[in-house]
Amino acid sequence: MEKFTDDDVIVCRCEDVTLGQIREVIRRGYTDPEEIKRITRAGMGPCQGKTCRDIIIREVARITGKRIDEIPVPTYRPPSKPIKVGLLAEESD
Amino acid sequence: MLPVSAEVVIIGGGVHGCSIAYHLASKGMHGVVVLEQKYLTYGGTGRSAAGIRQQFGTEINCRLAKENIKGFIRMKEELDTDFDLELEQGGYMWLAYTEGQLNQLRENVRLQSSLGIPSKILNPDEIKELIPLLDVEGVLGASWCAEDGHVNPHRVTFAYYEAAKRLGVKFYTYTKVVDIEIEKDKVKAVVTDKGKISTRKVVNAAGPWGKEIGKMVGLDIPVVSERHQIMVTEPVNRIIKPLILCQDDGSYWKQEPTGGFLIGMDNPNEKKGYDVGVTWQFMEEVSRRVLKKMPILRDVRVVRQWSGPYDITPDSQSIVGPVEEVEGFYLDVGWSGHGLQFAPSIGRIMSELIIGEEPFISVDVLSFNRFKTGKLIPEPACI
Ligand SMILES: Cc1cc2nc3c(=O)[nH]c(=O)nc-3n(C[C@H](O)[C@H](O)[C@H](O)COP(=O)(O)OP(=O)(O)OC[C@H]3O[C@@H](n4cnc5c(N)ncnc54)[C@H](O)[C@@H]3O)c2cc1C
Ligand code: FES
Repeated sequence: MEKFTDDDVIVCRCEDVTLGQIREVIRRGYTDPEEIKRITRAGMGPCQGKTCRDIIIREVARITGKRIDEIPVPTYRPPSKPIKVGLLAEESD
Repeated sequence: MLPVSAEVVIIGGGVHGCSIAYHLASKGMHGVVVLEQKYLTYGGTGRSAAGIRQQFGTEINCRLAKENIKGFIRMKEELDTDFDLELEQGGYMWLAYTEGQLNQLRENVRLQSSLGIPSKILNPDEIKELIPLLDVEGVLGASWCAEDGHVNPHRVTFAYYEAAKRLGVKFYTYTKVVDIEIEKDKVKAVVTDKGKISTRKVVNAAGPWGKEIGKMVGLDIPVVSERHQIMVTEPVNRIIKPLILCQDDGSYWKQEPTGGFLIGMDNPNEKKGYDVGVTWQFMEEVSRRVLKKMPILRDVRVVRQWSGPYDITPDSQSIVGPVEEVEGFYLDVGWSGHGLQFAPSIGRIMSELIIGEEPFISVDVLSFNRFKTGKLIPEPACI
């Protein structure tokens, strides 16, 4: 039986992205979390990266040897909680 | 560290800058440098609705658009990329609600057909048959092209970038151009916040910021930056493939291959400037509009909202090619909200112009000079 490794860990549960996929794009030279997000979709899900953002930033720091505070943080894009189209429409009536 | 000199400096790491860089390098040009003030895809490229279409209303755009589709089809192989570019030819539909709109669509389709684009006019029954979930109340007809569709803008840009990098192009992000030095009406150097690069050729592919770059060489480029907002829902089962555009209220939407609905609208009162903020009012208004047409979306949840700048010109038409005033200064700006899809054809044409070859499609009508001669070519098919 094959063993699971760190690489199989799902970092972004909303978009189903593994740590292995994140490491792969970092190895390809993408060290800006915005670029990583745009390539892998990690951080674009319903939780808006609340769960995965910090893990990705830590991974970039680990691989590049940079300090966490040297790494740009991706923009947060409202709404803070998913909201139904129907509810939004009612509010403008 | 920036190089001290370069053959060509491309300003802007959007899809156009990256495509031009790739095409120049694939023609064997050395010393190509791309400068980006933030990260690649920071501008309009990373914020688009990702629609690709051949339904334009001017001959030049139709001819280029046919090449764009061909370009997207062969892109994966051409760029030798393992990125999933998500190319999907699911169709694109323009709904008309007045006789005037329908007549314009008829005129566009006549032009498109004469150039070999397989678009057609549909009546409301035919529309209903294609999109059963659509409420067609008030719809008089539509124009439709099944070959149009969707592509992933980020991955297309990064695929151009990786291919260009393999061919020797140097990219510098977080490097902002602050000035361009000119000597006797010729480009001499590009000045950035990280240092200076001597060069004889500069490409302005800075999208909405292209106006600011123009000022650096004393040109007044008639581009206005206007904010456009968009939102996306959680992924749901795939129920619809085409992009639907409603001409009564400017709303448009499509379901991406990954399942989320992208929803946007035209708003003539949107803020001008480079602001990429968002408003709550937009989400309410666009939800109201789209629900009238697609009631099935009522219980789908919106998860993200963002905005990006359109670089709008007086005739909603791009500005492409060299300028008479400054030797070595090239423009590729003013895409007026439909520029993503033109990266394949224009990247190639720009590289041909810079190298001094005959472009495979003449873009003389798109020159900066048209604002002096008054020969504007208004593009009627814009959102
Ligand atoms: C909401 C929205 C929906 C859209 N929908 C579609 C669509 O469905 N289909 C379509 O084809 N198009 C669409 N577009 C338009 C499309 O996104 C743009 O036309 C296209 O991405 C333009 O690419 P570009 O490379 O010319 O410019 P940009 O992507 O804007 O790139 C310009 C780059 O230049 C950089 N730059 C600026 N100034 C400087 C400087 N001084 N120094 C260094 N770098 C600098 C910027 O940071 C930016 O990254 C849409 C746009 C928006 C906003
Ligand atoms: S876990 Fe990544 S977006 Fe939610």
